[in-house]
Parts: sequence; structure tokens; C-alpha cells
Amino acid sequence: MSSMEEPAPPEPEISHDDDLFTPGHRACAGCGPALAMRYITETTGENTIISHATGCMEVVSSPYPESSWGVSWIHDVFANAPGVGSGVEAAYRAFDAKEGFEEYENHDDVNFVVIGGDGATFDIGMRSLSGMMERGHDILYIAYDNEAYMNTGIQRSSATPFGAATTTSPPGEESFGNDTNKKNMPAIAAAHGCEYVATASIAYPTDFKKKIETALEHDGPKYIQVSAPCMLGWEFDSAETVNVAKLGVQTGMQPLYEIEHGEVTNVMSLSERKPVDEYLEKQGRFSHLFAKEDGDEVIEEIQAFIDEQAAELGLDQ
Amino acid sequence: MSSINDPYEDLTISKGAVAEPGTSLVNKTGTWREFKAVIDHDACTGCGICETFCPDVAAKHVGDRRYEIDYDYCKGCGICANECPVEAIEMVPEVK
Amino acid sequence: MGEQVMLKGDRAVAHSVLSTQPDVVSAYPITPQTGIVEKLSQMKADGDLRGEYLKVDSEFNAASSCIGASAAGARVFSATSSQGLKLMSEPLFTASGMRLPLVLAVANRSLSGPLSIWNDHTDAFAERDGGMIQFFAEDVQEAVDNVLMAYRVAEDPDISLPALANLDGYILTHVKEPVEIPTEEETNAFLPKREPHATLDPKNPKTMGAFARPEHWTETRYAVHDALRRSADVIGETVEAFADQFGREYGLEYGGLVQTYGDEDADVAILGLGSIVGTMRDVVADHPTSVKIVKPRVIRPYPVEALREALAGVESVGVLTKEVSPGHQSTLASELKSAMYGSGHNPTIQSYVLGLAGRDVTKAEIADIVDEVAAAASSGPSKTFVGEEDWPQLDRDILPNEVTN
Repeated sequence: MSSMEEPAPPEPEISHDDDLFTPGHRACAGCGPALAMRYITETTGENTIISHATGCMEVVSSPYPESSWGVSWIHDVFANAPGVGSGVEAAYRAFDAKEGFEEYENHDDVNFVVIGGDGATFDIGMRSLSGMMERGHDILYIAYDNEAYMNTGIQRSSATPFGAATTTSPPGEESFGNDTNKKNMPAIAAAHGCEYVATASIAYPTDFKKKIETALEHDGPKYIQVSAPCMLGWEFDSAETVNVAKLGVQTGMQPLYEIEHGEVTNVMSLSERKPVDEYLEKQGRFSHLFAKEDGDEVIEEIQAFIDEQAAELGLDQ
Repeated sequence: MSSINDPYEDLTISKGAVAEPGTSLVNKTGTWREFKAVIDHDACTGCGICETFCPDVAAKHVGDRRYEIDYDYCKGCGICANECPVEAIEMVPEVK
Repeated sequence: MGEQVMLKGDRAVAHSVLSTQPDVVSAYPITPQTGIVEKLSQMKADGDLRGEYLKVDSEFNAASSCIGASAAGARVFSATSSQGLKLMSEPLFTASGMRLPLVLAVANRSLSGPLSIWNDHTDAFAERDGGMIQFFAEDVQEAVDNVLMAYRVAEDPDISLPALANLDGYILTHVKEPVEIPTEEETNAFLPKREPHATLDPKNPKTMGAFARPEHWTETRYAVHDALRRSADVIGETVEAFADQFGREYGLEYGGLVQTYGDEDADVAILGLGSIVGTMRDVVADHPTSVKIVKPRVIRPYPVEALREALAGVESVGVLTKEVSPGHQSTLASELKSAMYGSGHNPTIQSYVLGLAGRDVTKAEIADIVDEVAAAASSGPSKTFVGEEDWPQLDRDILPNEVTN
């Protein structure tokens, strides 16, 4: 033992005591939706009750007896997270008015949040979500969009983009992959009278968090859809998650905007929108479009659709 | 270090299988990785982007603009290395 | 003894629910339950119902919002029938796993297909395995009283399970009977404040609805099974407390699980659920044969011991039931047979499927059944239909050609 040796640096004090979405969860390395869960809980804070639909984020975060959730959290079935959340929010209204229930938090102090993947939101849970919005519950609904039923092994949802390969929309001798465009859920939310609707991306966390805060300042139902790439289902290297998400925004495939009182506002405009190829070529789920004969026609169709969407939104500066 | 609530110690099924916060911490996902993130602290500018983009909260600010990797949970995804604006993070093969 | 008022069954149930002042009522209309939710709506509109009333988009979300509210610590109520109960089924089954109390009034109605709005018990029996307590009511008063008793048992912290208060659609919902309605003060004295084992309150966050792996799931299911069996004792205590406070007794001799009428020492018995028992009582009062009427008040927890006791001296029992499990036999008969197995007592059990989709069960039909059951006491079971089960109302003339049996 040499007395000339420098003392070892102190053990870094890494604490997860303040994390509301704790590590140890079983999401894939590089999971986009896991980032969304972090950003949500970091913004909504401790005074939050989450009702969460069945799906990747629910499963990876809650294998009994382990839980990654530092906030109050309930999962029931795939299709009913908004219905369950409606009941929670209504209960807190009732408690406010009831004697002997003073130990419960005040309704106005609690952030009522419902979370679902695109499958739960766009498909099987739509009825439940529609009812929640129509009744005017004071709830923020956040859809994490990884564009397929990922937890069950990458099957197509109505959020799956045109031309994407999934196990139920595989390319083949007679197919170029998914043959429908993404369902426009933000428009559906706005049509329900949600005062605040927004799209977001995990590549722009400051923007996403600001939108969550803005949403929580509104009364009634709110809807935010956050693009959260899945390295397994979209087929790219786990290190590329944020990059792919960024390209999604930069190509106009994942436009960022708000809808307030029914009007599209705060579009994150692009000074030089990149061609969709740059986004598609990074992902194995679109590789058949580059390999197959006439695949370029499908890419052109995608580009045309995005061009139209960009024009409608005023995406291009 | 974090206070870890080990739910497997003397486990009895709670009524309704209700789970407790913080219990995921017993699951050290660092065992998954094939590559580990290593921060070159001399090159690091303390911008915090690694912490921002870690899905597993495994890149953490430990004070004085110093960031450390929590090897208990780092899955080796490589996002931090990919996003670091000054390339101060290297993904080094995990040697077991 | 309180004041009696003439009330239509569905309104009476609504009044009973009102006395419990649920925090959240979640309602979706379906015939013949509609009167219950409409009356509660009026009570809300008049400020009498102080809790929240959610006019939900479907029974699926009626059950779901009740689950969310119950998880938050609230007292909840919903009502449904038939297809609505079927639609609630997915979330309802989870409520027992999560040990969340909720009370549902079910105006029993046939399950499609074909579509039918009329009464039978297929809807209740289809939910038999959901880990829920299920009460049945003979008349409007019992339906009213079962609501209170259901809350007390469901919300008991040692039980904490969903409970169905069944009442025959149309037969009880759309008939006026003289009933006593509990006041809010009386109900407050009868129902302790709910003490949930966990809530969603942010001051003490919990994770509810975690998924369970093979190494844990069996034990979670066993805990539900055990709780449902233990609820039998709690039902007994509840029925006793109810008798003490309100002066109405429901099968005290059999722990509140089974009630009997007629001749206690008869060796011939007929058994049924719900309103059919009222008709049975009329028949037995005039019938020359000595008959004991056995009325289970619950199908879950299944009252094995109480039924064995009630049938101890009986040689032949006729089960009259408004359901069947296609491909086998009626569940009411099937479970009675399983209850007697191993008891050492082997009465003849003959079962009769009737009253499906509101087909009127007449006193004459019941009287004929009594005769057959009495005859079987000496001669053993008669092979009239499939095994020992008969469909006495079946009109063979209109059956399709494909029917072979």
C-alpha cells in the first residue's frame, strides 16, 4: 500500500428516492415509451392518480410484487382505463362534498391522468375514452404511440402507419405492409370538445413536459399523444430511439402541434422538412419498401400523404 | 444509495395483490447489458442530456454538474452515448 | 316497525340505495332495470342523492367507473340486467381479484340469443364464477333489504368483494307491493363507514392491478375463494343484525343463507330462487301433501351446510329453476347434487327447468310438480326428460325437426 496513492474518489451517491418512475422496470433497453412515463411523472408530480391500460408500459412496470410507480396507480383491463379513471375522478368530487372524508386530497389538487398505448387508445379503448371525454371529466389522457400492439408481439393497430410491417400486416407477395393511414385521434379528441389537445415526441421532452403542464391548467378532459418509438417493433438499434423520434418530427411524419378550443395552434414548424425516406430507411419495419420492386411507389404515397398533412397543418415555414 | 423496499422478503400476498412503490428497485436490470455506458468526466460538460434521455433513470446528476451511471440499472442501450453532444460517453463491452 | 308505502319494485330499490348515499352511482339503462336508474336520476336532480351520478356510455364503463371509484375508497352502485351484466363481466371479474367492494342490483333477465327482455336467471348464473356474492329476493321487501345487507357484507374489510342483489325482472321490478324503506339514519346505523385496505390517495400511493406470475397467481385466487366462503358467516351476522334493527328475519335458522317455509318436518321439498318462491308458498298452502319449501338466499357463497341441514329429513326434493347450462343440466340442480355428495344423505333430486324468458309459471304447474316429487319419494327419480331433469313447459309441437330428444 503506497502512501503516494491518491485516495479513491468517493462512491457516487446515486439515489432513486425521488424518482416517481423507478428503474428495475422490464422495458427493453432503449424503450421510447419508458421515457414518456418518466416525463409524465416528472411533470405531474406526487399529487397524481394514474389509471393505466394494459400494454407494454403497464406490464413492464407492475409484475407483482414489484412496481415502478411512485404515484397512485391502478390498472384494470385493456379497454377501460378511461372508465376507471372517470370513477376515480368522480369519487374525489364526491369526497370534497362529504363529511368525514377530509383525509382525502382535494379534487382540485389532484392530477387525474389516464395512460394508454396506441392499441388501448385508438382501438379497444376508444369507447371508454369517448365516454370519458363526452362526460367532461377533469382528466388528462396521454396516449404513448409506438404504432402497434407491441406487448403482444408487434401486431398492427389503427395507429400503424401506411406501409409499415407488423406481424398482422406483413409484407408479402401480395402486400406492401399496412394498408391504412394512421387514425387521426387528436382530431377525434378535439371533436369531443376537449379544450386542449396536443401531439408530442419523446425527442422533445421540454416541449412534451410543457404541454403536460399546459394541459393540467385546463379543466375538463385533455388529450396528449406522444410519439414514442419502439426499437424492437420498428427495428432499429436501441441507441437510435431519440434520433428516430427526432427524424419523425423533422420529416413531418410526427407533426407537433396543439389544438386549443378546436383551433390548431403552436405548430412546431419546420424550416426544411426532410424527405420521409430519411426516417423510413432507419427502420427495419419499412425495409421492404426499399428492397421490393415498386416499393418506391409506396414511399411516394407516404410522402404525398405527409405533404398533404403538412399543408393542412401549416407545418412548413 | 436508494432505500430499497424488498418485496420478496417474507412475501405474503397482499389483499388484492396491491404492490408498493419503489419495489422495482430490487430488480437490478444492469445484469441485462452487453455494453456499459462509460462517461469521460474530462470531456463531459455537465449538460445533462444523458440523464434526460435514459429510459431507466440510470444516468444521474450527483451534484456539481457531475453525472454518473448507475450500473445497477444501466441496460446498455446506448442512447446516452448517441445523444451526448460532445461524445463523452463510450459504450464499452461488458466483461463478466 | 316503520311505515309501509306502496312502491313499484324498481323505485323501492332506488329508495333503498338512496338511503346508503353512495358516493358514485354509475348508470346505463337496460330493460327492465331502467326504473331504478331513472328514479336515482330524479333523486340526483332534486338534490336528494348527494353523490356523483355518471351517465355512462355503456355497462362496460358503468362497471369500470364503479371499480375506479371503489379503488379510490368510495361507496358505489350500479344496476343492470342480462346483456348489460354480460358486458360488465370482464371488469367485474377483476373487482373480486382486486378485492374491491361494489353493489349491483340486477333485474334478472334472459340472456340473448334470441333477444328477450323477460325474466329468468341465466344472466346471474353466467356470472357465477366471477368471485362475487349473489343474493336473491323473493319479494320487493327482500330486494330492498338485500341492498343494505349486500353493502354491509361487500364492504366488510375482511370480505371486500363485489355483491349482486338479484331481483326478478318485471316480476319484482314492475309490481307494486307494500314495503318499508329504510331511512338514511337507519342505514347509517346499519352500515359502518368503509375502511378500505388500500386506496389511490396520493398521500399513500399504492399500485393496484399488478399482474401476477405463475408463482403468485394461485394464492391470489385462493384468497378470493376463501374470502367468498368466509362471507357466509358475515352474511349470518348481517342477517341477525338486520333482524335486530329492522325486525325482518331472513332465514336466521340457516345463517341467513337459506330460508324455509311450509312443513319443517315434511319429507317432500321443493327448492327455488327468487320470486317463484312466492308462488310456491301459495301452492303449498292449499296442497294436500306436506311440503317444505327451501329457498336459498344466495348462490355464492354456495350454502352447502345450510342446504344439507334444510334437507336433512327430506326424501325427495324438486328443484324449480329458471336457467340451464346447455349440454348438461340446470346449475341449481347440479350444484345441489354436488352439495349432497358425501353428506351420507341421498335424497331423490328431480329438477325442472321452467319460467325461461318470462314464461309464466302457474300454480297448477307447481302443484303438478309437487305431486311428481312426492311420488318420487317412494319410487325414486322418474326419467321424464334428460336424465333427472324435466322441462315441463316445453311445447314439443313447435320444436324444430332437428331435435332428437
